[in-house]
Amino acid sequence: MEATSHTFAGNARAGLANPVLRRALDMAGAGFPARRAEAIARLPEFDALRDEGKAIKDHTIGHLDFYLELYERQVTAAGGVVHWAPDAAAARAAVLGICRSVGAKTVTKGKSMVAEEIALNEHLEANGITPVETDLGEYIIQLRHEPPSHIIAPAIHLMKEQVEATFRAAHTALDPARPLAEAPLLCGEARAVLRPQFLTADVGITGANFLVAETGSSIIVTNEGNGDLTQTLPKVHIVITSIEKVVPTLEDAATLLRLLARSATGQEFSSYTTMSTGPRRPGDLDGPEQYHVVLVDNGRTALLGGEFQDMLRCLRCAACLNHCPVYTAVGGHAYGWVYPGPMGAVLTPALIGLDEAGDLPNASSFCGRCESVCPVRIPLPKMMRHWRERQFALRKAPAAYRYGLGLWAWVAQRPALYHALVEAKARLLGRLGRRRGRFRTMPLAGEWTRVRDMPAPEGRSFHALWAERGRARR
Amino acid sequence: MPSPPVRVALLVTCLVDLFRPSVGFAAIKLLEQAGCSVEVPRAQTCCGQPAYNSGDRLDAKAIARRVIAAFAGYDYVVAPSGSCAGMVKVHYPELFADEPETAARAHELATRTYELVSFLTEVRQVREVAARFDGAVTYHDSCSGLRELAIKAQPRQLLASVAGLNLRELPGAEICCGFGGTFAVKYADISDKMARDKVADIERLGARCVLAGDLGCLLQIAGKLSRSGSAVEARHVAEILADMAADTPPIGAPSA
Ligand code: SF4
Repeated sequence: MEATSHTFAGNARAGLANPVLRRALDMAGAGFPARRAEAIARLPEFDALRDEGKAIKDHTIGHLDFYLELYERQVTAAGGVVHWAPDAAAARAAVLGICRSVGAKTVTKGKSMVAEEIALNEHLEANGITPVETDLGEYIIQLRHEPPSHIIAPAIHLMKEQVEATFRAAHTALDPARPLAEAPLLCGEARAVLRPQFLTADVGITGANFLVAETGSSIIVTNEGNGDLTQTLPKVHIVITSIEKVVPTLEDAATLLRLLARSATGQEFSSYTTMSTGPRRPGDLDGPEQYHVVLVDNGRTALLGGEFQDMLRCLRCAACLNHCPVYTAVGGHAYGWVYPGPMGAVLTPALIGLDEAGDLPNASSFCGRCESVCPVRIPLPKMMRHWRERQFALRKAPAAYRYGLGLWAWVAQRPALYHALVEAKARLLGRLGRRRGRFRTMPLAGEWTRVRDMPAPEGRSFHALWAERGRARR
Repeated sequence: MPSPPVRVALLVTCLVDLFRPSVGFAAIKLLEQAGCSVEVPRAQTCCGQPAYNSGDRLDAKAIARRVIAAFAGYDYVVAPSGSCAGMVKVHYPELFADEPETAARAHELATRTYELVSFLTEVRQVREVAARFDGAVTYHDSCSGLRELAIKAQPRQLLASVAGLNLRELPGAEICCGFGGTFAVKYADISDKMARDKVADIERLGARCVLAGDLGCLLQIAGKLSRSGSAVEARHVAEILADMAADTPPIGAPSA
């Protein structure tokens, strides 16, 4: 997809001014955090579980080559094939190659952010293959030709009235007078429309939440069961995922699944946890004839050993989005690419470059709520600051801002000068603002006073008053 | 023989210095009541957070080095701000991770540095204050104090002892007000949306005054309250605890 992260500020303004988006986000805004809080209150050892989860991921990332090779051996032993894709183009080519080898016309897809990341749907369509999204949210935005706005609830930016209109426009074979105003009706209609697609699809593509090295299994969680149908019904199953999803053992995966469900939706466990290991064996009742795993790097190994390595722990639970006051204010589309919110603010510059996505790590008040809810304790604000440091070193900030900051820092290292200037400013602004106590406009602070008043200083600086007191005492 | 008084250096913070010296004097009064002798190192300016959060690590370090030197030798360093205390306590050691010698001094300073209210309750074991403030107030938890320094119960504990004061819990008290330093100016529209939500929550409570422990948040909240025509006042919690509210009008209000 075409990234629009470089116009974040404008995207954000548009999001803030969109009343439908506001209503949709306000509804979801309270729901996710409340459900997570309830789930965690029921699990007193949640914080210990977080430490365990972090340790599992850190250990695996520290030995990523070992576990990936073990995983590949186990997949191969189970009769599957692993395709290594260093970048998005290689990943697209691998998927297309498999689809072509079986003459695929349609593919069903479970939700996969990595597929979004490599723009798989566009590529398949351009090559004459029809991808059908089977996750309800993904299906809705596919019909609307929109990117996802959230990593686990891709259509969270929509109200159900919009979904109804979309379905009425798309499902023209159905009775136009049918009732469709309630969410269960929408759900039922999507199921009915999708069911034959599952049966006719030539290839099923799913993502993976975890890859288990000891068994060669991939694990996917859904709440709709669409993952099961996508991967068991077609003749070919392709798992498309990224290299940091690997964990050593099934037990490790179980620990992380407990963290993931609670952090994501406040569930104890997702409704469906589906594991797949290789193709159908002789005697199996179902399963695909071919089993492929496309393992995407796409910039991840470049994070190893650097200041962004911690980001590779990410479980894609979306807790950081749901608790972010910036994300819930502007919506996911403002971030302009696949990954929004705090995790996107860290990951996006790494994947598509600081020039395109430089705004994202800056658009944070550093309130730290993301880090406080992250199930694997990723220090998101710290890493956003690292991006700012890189930008500063590369002189990416506007010159006026850089010089202003430099001048301020120079003065701040000269206490006598600093105190004199602050006292002068306090006196001047104090006198000017005394009558009203605040400024409605202020030179050099236009962006502040555009949206709120600037309280007036009391009129003297603390240090000046303190020095006078000292003299009086003596 | 009485033990010698505890020597506390006040980290004034640049915002208190410029905007609201009353908060500094309230802090001194509270510290003295808690048996401390307070000094104000003249060599201090700012903790360097604006540079640090702008990615200007070199300037942040240069300023931090001066802070470390200015506050050497005191028993404790106390700031009427969770944000500035957090900068010294949490971020200075991080900042010098690649300079072991300075890092050691930063760690040493970090162990002596506290936010005002948590210093009073945790180090000086203050359980109540002699203050009066009539009416319903609410309290906004500033992000750095809350999440970096675990300041949550401490101010509520002391506010409970203020005569006449009735604390109403603010829904969403832990959600950022949108200040965030330069964020408030660089992304004014997003910051404004966060402030609007905060102010709406405050308005709904029907309290007369909103309190917080950080002047940055208070400038944002007071500025938004007054821009939206609200009658709710904003004050630093230290002014109430030190019984000094009568000495100065609320933040952003005209002098009588
Ligand atoms: S960064 Fe943490 S909170 Fe955000 S999606 Fe990843 S695991 Fe979840």
